[in-house]
Amino acid sequence: MAEEVNRKPYVRPVTSEWIFRHPRYLRYMVREFSCLFIGGWTLMMVWGLKQLAEGPAAWAAFLEFLKSPTSIAFHLIALGFAAYHSYTWFNLAPKAMPLQIGEDFVPDAAVAGAHFVVWAVLTAAVLYLAGAF
Amino acid sequence: MGERQIELEVLRYNPETDSEPRFQRYSVTCREEWVVLDALNHIKETVDPTLTYRWSCHMAVCGSCGMMINGEPKLACKAFVRNYEGVIRVEPLAHFPIERDLVTVIDDFMDKLKRVRPYIIPKQAKAIADGEYLQTPAELKKFKQYTMCINCMLCYAACPEYALIPKYIGPAAITLAHRYNMDSRDGGRDQRQEEIAATEGAWECSFVGACSEVCPEHVDPAGAIQQVKIKSTLDWYTEHLMPWLKK
Repeated sequence: MAEEVNRKPYVRPVTSEWIFRHPRYLRYMVREFSCLFIGGWTLMMVWGLKQLAEGPAAWAAFLEFLKSPTSIAFHLIALGFAAYHSYTWFNLAPKAMPLQIGEDFVPDAAVAGAHFVVWAVLTAAVLYLAGAF
Repeated sequence: MGERQIELEVLRYNPETDSEPRFQRYSVTCREEWVVLDALNHIKETVDPTLTYRWSCHMAVCGSCGMMINGEPKLACKAFVRNYEGVIRVEPLAHFPIERDLVTVIDDFMDKLKRVRPYIIPKQAKAIADGEYLQTPAELKKFKQYTMCINCMLCYAACPEYALIPKYIGPAAITLAHRYNMDSRDGGRDQRQEEIAATEGAWECSFVGACSEVCPEHVDPAGAIQQVKIKSTLDWYTEHLMPWLKK
C-alpha cells in the first residue's frame, strides 16, 4: 500500500492586481469601462425625448444644455470611448465569425475590414441625414 | 556558444514546512541557447535537488512545464533566457493551487476536460468492416487549429474570469468541446452543450482574449468560445421561435 501523503495545497488569494499584470488586461478594462459612457449618453437621449414630449420650452432648454461646455466635454469623451469600443469589437469580429469559402477561411483583415466599411458608410449616412454635408 | 549569468527568483513552497510560499534566488551560468527549463534543470542537478517542477518533452509538445515567467504564462521549454533582462521571476501557473514549488494541482481542469467529452461520439456507430468515416479537407480545416491544443493550461493562467469564477469551465475545455462539435464525423454536440452552453460555460467569458494571446500552439480559444456563444444563441432562437425546425 502506498504511503499516505499529507497534502496541503496552497491557494493564492485573488486580488485585482491582474489588471496591471499586462497591458492587454488594462486595454480590456478600458473596453469594458467604455459602456458606462455609452450608457450615460443613451440615458441623456432618453432625457431629451422626455423634454421633447414636455413642450417647446423644455426642448429648447435641453438643446441649450447640449451646447454647454460640460455637455461638449462629455460628448467628446463618450465619442472617444464609443470609437474605441467599436474599433476593438470590429477587430475581434473575425474570431467570432470565421467565414469559410471552399476550403479556405476568408482572411481576418477582410472580415474586420468589411465591418469598418459598413461603419463608415452608416456614419456618413447619419451625418448626411443630420445635414452635416 | 556564449554564456550568460542570470538570476532566477523561484517561488518555493513546501507543504510540510511552509505556511505560505516564498521566493528563493538562484544564480545560474547559462548557455546562450538555454531556455528557462534548462536553467531549472541545472539548478536541480547541481545546486538544489529539492526544487520541484513538472516537465517532460522539452519541445513544446507535452504541455507539462507551464509556469509564470515574469508574470506571463509560458512554457518553460519555450522561454529563452536570452530574451529576458535582469532577474527572471518564475512562479507556478496562476489560478491553480500550489502543490509544491512550481507544481500545481490540476484536478479542476482534468475534471472539466472530462465533463465536455473531448472525443468523437459518432453520429451512427458503424462496424469496422463498413470502412472509415470519411472527411473532406474543407471539413478538416473547420476545426484543425483546435486540435493543436496540448492541455498546457496557460490559457487558464491568463484568464481573469477563471480566477474570479473558478466554476467557469474555461478556455481549453470549451475549445476542445467546440473542436469535436465542428467535426463532421461527430454527433455528440447535444451532450456537450449541457456543459458549454451553461452559465458556467461559454457565457462566463467576457472576451478578454488573453487565452489566445498566450497559447503556445497558436490555438484561438477566445474565438472558439465566441462561436459557441453564437451557436448557442441560434439554438435558443430555433427552439423558442421556430420549434418546428428542431429535430
